[in-house]
Amino acid sequence: MPNFQELSVGQVVAEQSFEVSRDSLVRYAGASGDFNPIHYREDFAQSVGLPGVIAHGMLTMGLSIQPVVSWIGDAAKILDYGVRFTKPVPVSGSGSTTLKVVATIGALDEESQRARVDLTTSYEETTVLGKAQAWVQL
Amino acid sequence: MNPEIQGKRYPRTAPYVVGREKVREFAKAVFAAKESQDLSHAKSLGHSDLVVPPTFPVVIQEQSLALVLSDPQAQIDFSRVVHGEQKFVYQRPIVAGDELTSELTVASVKSLGGNHMATFETEIFDTKDSLVCTAISTLVVRGE
Repeated sequence: MPNFQELSVGQVVAEQSFEVSRDSLVRYAGASGDFNPIHYREDFAQSVGLPGVIAHGMLTMGLSIQPVVSWIGDAAKILDYGVRFTKPVPVSGSGSTTLKVVATIGALDEESQRARVDLTTSYEETTVLGKAQAWVQL
Repeated sequence: MNPEIQGKRYPRTAPYVVGREKVREFAKAVFAAKESQDLSHAKSLGHSDLVVPPTFPVVIQEQSLALVLSDPQAQIDFSRVVHGEQKFVYQRPIVAGDELTSELTVASVKSLGGNHMATFETEIFDTKDSLVCTAISTLVVRGE
């Protein structure tokens, strides 16, 4: 468990990369029950104007908080977590898309011993989430 | 979609029992660390069972959203829906074994140049009727 007193705004507390492949999308579809074909069928994705298959926004959101869970050591300490989906994450039929997550302290509340962790999730140079923030209890 | 559904409250969903293996399956799908799928680790932290990944309530929210999407009054064409924003606000952690129901309110519907932006607030309750988590979802419904 990190020590609240040792944290400062702007400090990077966690960083992790994830390899997202079509297998990951199928696994997430099954686990979540979101079987929208834009997440596994190229022809269907293109028919609705997408360049190809894209990852579930909720998969990107779900994995982006994991470095914070590992840092804090307990998912129960995440009190509040929100994101905006700003850019789609394309996932090709072969290979994978590397999503990189950087978690930075955005604000500290001394009285409640809570920290706001701001997340930057990107592939190559494209940031895919906006205002991705979680409040954690220390 | 029909902007007149703003303020509409949908009926409480049937109880959803959070299964331990479902939590593991979901945790694996969101690349959670192995530790978070370990029962003895959860108990060592003082939890009665596995704690769900922070975004797990989407599964319960989905049951309430299905009521809106199938509501003829709402007139939402699902093929035109894009997920704009999502938030989860916890009152207490959700653990395997919890039995949860949800109730959705259409918080707002805004029109933006032919598109609609609707915000849905799904309150999730336990068997004691205590609020456990609120899932807030903003969907963008693209115009014709």
